[in-house]
Amino acid sequence: MARAATTADAFNAVAEPRRREIVDALAGGERPVNDLVRALGLAQPQVSKHLRVLREVGLVEVREQGRERLYRLNGPALKPIHDWVSAYAQLWSDRFDALDVVLEDLKQEGARRCP
Amino acid sequence: MPVTSDRKATVEVRGDREIVITRAFDAPKDLVYKAFTTPELVRRWWHAERGEMTVADIDLRVGGSWRYVMIAEGGMEVAFHGEYREIVPGERIVSTEVFEAVPDGEALNTMTLTEADGRTTMTILVEHQTREHRDMHIASGMEAGLQDAMRLLEETASSLR
Repeated sequence: MARAATTADAFNAVAEPRRREIVDALAGGERPVNDLVRALGLAQPQVSKHLRVLREVGLVEVREQGRERLYRLNGPALKPIHDWVSAYAQLWSDRFDALDVVLEDLKQEGARRCP
Repeated sequence: MPVTSDRKATVEVRGDREIVITRAFDAPKDLVYKAFTTPELVRRWWHAERGEMTVADIDLRVGGSWRYVMIAEGGMEVAFHGEYREIVPGERIVSTEVFEAVPDGEALNTMTLTEADGRTTMTILVEHQTREHRDMHIASGMEAGLQDAMRLLEETASSLR
């Protein structure tokens, strides 16, 4: 990775594609680290490194159960990212809703021209 | 309204520098292309009901330029411009895009249309040169929602210290 690993906030933490895969994998619920290693096809030390970054920004939480470490998502920490992207998505949705109206007019014009 | 299906645009933030916007339309792709490239039609949708478009200049040829300006509610002027790099009529437009408030952040946009059963899917791939510019670009489209998101971000960031 060319860019220095700045991982001070949730935005930076999920800018890394592998960490997003971890977040996606945990979206279905709590999972042990070995499970994540299998799901991602990465070596355990790499997965652990990514998990550490995600924990540092509060996106992921861990608890011990017997000899296993179980990881889970901390939903509220994802909310700023969700809100940020969804406001942009809303802009484009509104834009495209207006485009739908233009397209309906064009279709009707076309129908009038060639009945 | 003749439009009933779920029509939410999907926006995917991909890697460090990319945004992918996707949406399907109940129209053949030649009409979508026309609405996307004809100034008087662009004026009718690009504002997204957030203000009034005062400029929609389109010089649709490779090397030609475009410029869109909107006066947002509250009087703020929001302007974008760029240059066409590749044009495949009815199919694909590659163009640069600069948000004039961030003049050194140039993005490369690839708009692709694919048609199936009379419906057209539009995909816009926005590639920025840096992650910072990508993030500012996303922020450029926002109003109240952004303020809330930023406030939440600040709260989250400070709670993590």
